[in-house]
Amino acid sequence: MTLIALNNLTKKYGGVIANNDITFKVDKGEIHALLGENGAGKSTLVKMIYGLVQPDIGTMMLDGESFAPTDPRASRVRGIAMVFQHFSLFEALSVAENIALGMENPPKTDALSNQIRDVSLKYGLMLDPNRLVGNLSVGERQRVEIIRCLLQDPKLLIMDEPTSVLTPQEVDALFTTLRRLRDEGTSILYISHKLEEIRTLCNRATILRHGKVIGICIPKNETAKSMAEMMVGSKLKTPQKTITNFGLPLLIVKDLSLRSTDPFGTSLKDITFTIRAGEVMGVAGVAGNGQDELMLALSGEVLTKANSIQLEDNFIGQTGPVERRLQGLLTAPEERLGHAAAPEMNLSENTLISGFQRQKLGRRGFVNKLGAAAFAEKIIEKFDVRTISVGSAAKSLSGGNLQKFVMGREILQDPKVFIVNQPTWGVDAAAAAFIRQALLELALGGAGVLVISQDLDELMEISDTFTVISEGRLSAPRPIKGVTTETIGLLMGGSKKI
Amino acid sequence: MIRLEPRTNPSQAMIILTPILAVLATMVVGGILFVTLGKNPFEAIRMIFWDPLLGEHAFYYRGQILVKAAPLIMIALGLSFGFRAGIWNIGAEGQFIMGAVIGGATGLALYPLNSFIVFPLMIVMGALGGFLWAMIPAFLKIRFNANEILVSLMLVYVAFNFLIGMVTGPLRNPDGFNFPESRSFQDFPAAHNPELWAGTGIHLGVLSTLGFVILAYIMITRHIFGFNVRLAGQAPRAAKFAGVSPNKMIAICLGLSGALAGMAGLFEVTGPAGKLTTTFPLGYGFTAIIVAFLGRLHPIGILLAGLLMAVTYVGGDIIQSQLSLPKASIQVFQGMLLFFLLAVDVLVNFRLRISKRNSK
Repeated sequence: MTLIALNNLTKKYGGVIANNDITFKVDKGEIHALLGENGAGKSTLVKMIYGLVQPDIGTMMLDGESFAPTDPRASRVRGIAMVFQHFSLFEALSVAENIALGMENPPKTDALSNQIRDVSLKYGLMLDPNRLVGNLSVGERQRVEIIRCLLQDPKLLIMDEPTSVLTPQEVDALFTTLRRLRDEGTSILYISHKLEEIRTLCNRATILRHGKVIGICIPKNETAKSMAEMMVGSKLKTPQKTITNFGLPLLIVKDLSLRSTDPFGTSLKDITFTIRAGEVMGVAGVAGNGQDELMLALSGEVLTKANSIQLEDNFIGQTGPVERRLQGLLTAPEERLGHAAAPEMNLSENTLISGFQRQKLGRRGFVNKLGAAAFAEKIIEKFDVRTISVGSAAKSLSGGNLQKFVMGREILQDPKVFIVNQPTWGVDAAAAAFIRQALLELALGGAGVLVISQDLDELMEISDTFTVISEGRLSAPRPIKGVTTETIGLLMGGSKKI
Repeated sequence: MIRLEPRTNPSQAMIILTPILAVLATMVVGGILFVTLGKNPFEAIRMIFWDPLLGEHAFYYRGQILVKAAPLIMIALGLSFGFRAGIWNIGAEGQFIMGAVIGGATGLALYPLNSFIVFPLMIVMGALGGFLWAMIPAFLKIRFNANEILVSLMLVYVAFNFLIGMVTGPLRNPDGFNFPESRSFQDFPAAHNPELWAGTGIHLGVLSTLGFVILAYIMITRHIFGFNVRLAGQAPRAAKFAGVSPNKMIAICLGLSGALAGMAGLFEVTGPAGKLTTTFPLGYGFTAIIVAFLGRLHPIGILLAGLLMAVTYVGGDIIQSQLSLPKASIQVFQGMLLFFLLAVDVLVNFRLRISKRNSK
């Protein structure tokens, strides 16, 4: 039984064809995966179903009737609900208040709280309606969004990258919920990069590439690699890792504690680790457990006790970012636009953000514009950044290309220690493989690399040593060999016994 | 329902044309204003824009334009750095007054010392006066996160009352029959800022302003400081990542704009104004905010905008005396200019969408 059918949908933005003649169906009571790289057209497609944008050509049928939503409300009325990748919740309000805000005619808070409890019990989504959202973990916040959708009793639930912020245990719990929903006849359109998850969860998968449907497959019968290759359209190389002996300690962090100034931030507590030459250390953890704070403390954007961070022979806790870079400690923060790069500025200017001093892109404070442009050219060439020119604004690049640019800008400065948060977040498979390879080569060349990531597969692939950050504490680093997904999950949940 | 939708590619040509469109719109609506006041709008507009530059008495007015443009441009240059970095010094008028009072008082204290050192010392003290006055909002913002817009604005009124206290007290001319004003700097050659070429209006402040325009242009386009200022304004987190300390940026931008405003005040009081009086502040510090935005925060733009604004000042004087229009009418006219600039700006960057559905 078909629930929703998309017939020949085409959507153009200016000259760019986001969706080209898309046709596929989602059956009643199935979990259907939508697979594709960034820019393949998944978001546009989902936005058309949810009524955020309207197709230029083509029609949709829902339950055998014509379906042409002009806005999300029209979609919701017809039984379509969506959980976005980025939540829209107010931290200072309670769960029930947040849910009431999204409703057309919210019932009284008591009645609503009871409804929330009923739904959360029924689907195993434990949640207290009276708690403040600001005090919830990311996984719990996602439950708020899911419950918000379930209260509408949807026929089709759209989920955009739902597991990117969850621990393995939370993922299992989510899948149980989703399977139960499916068994009750709700259809789920599931968007994800994570191919192993799709293999375990989804009945069918539609694969998009460059705005077109490339094929439909049954994930159980495929391997992650075969699906990735369908997405990319070519053979994938897995990064080559060579075993090395570590050299001297480069970065020594000892008892680093830092109170967060943000009321909903995480304070760092007694962080201790050492990175040696040639070592790639992976830091796993659920988002919001102190990764951002650790990053700021290491980059020098927030200063700490002088002796809590040592780079080779120097204590640098009280040293600012410029001086740290000159000494060889380079960083790449998670947020590309607005933190690692200035959106309105062009690529040439963006090299100055971290390269002005270390790359000597100027003399006596005067900017050498040709030098900056040449450095930008070099990054574009070596890191295969797809852009019109060095004069293009950073915001005009796709996420993956900008990430390659940022990574290239730091790596080509030949760091002694390189620290990166979410190196491949939202980056397509080919670019991600390229970036991981570059990180490995950096370590091979004798640098120390610290990778903070929420992608466990990535950490397993490239790290030598492994640690987990949870509630601002870092577990003792251990060799990656012998670390199982289960241990990681327990560490992520804050268990100290292991 | 009317909605504003961001344009993906705002036209570059329009960004440059905006100020011209704003001037034209001001002429049209200003003309309507003059009609309602019972005057011939064409005559009024001609008197404002044409007479000062090319009219019968333009030889006199042109000098006046330079005299009025110089402080506007000098102050606006200072403000433009802060405005680019998202630091809003609205109190340049107060820093202008403090520069005039502190710098002027330095000169008066040395009266009648006839030394070449007097005037340079006064310039330094004038700049220092404005700098220190601007350091108050800077300190309060850094230390207590106090809003610099409010603090700097309020300090204008403190500075104004300080000026009144000074000219009715310690700085009152001992030979001045108890009038609330200081000794005239014209009578004190070592502290006077004279017209360098008779009839041109050009004094040392005008020349300095030109120098600052060039300097500011180099800083903003070639120097890492200018880059950091733009970075701090466009992407504050990226600026922190680059190692730009937000606190230092606040102190530098407020201090720089304060120093330039103070210096402008000193040149004004020792030259065109001639002495410290209770009517000394003419609102240059406020008008300079319009000049800075009208000039798109770019040094060359500010140079042109300052000249344009000075034209409307001089033209305003002409319509006041010849058409007996109230002073407020020209102030409304100048205000319109900023208003239309901002309005046209919105339309360049956004598209108006009128949707038929009215959302309930």
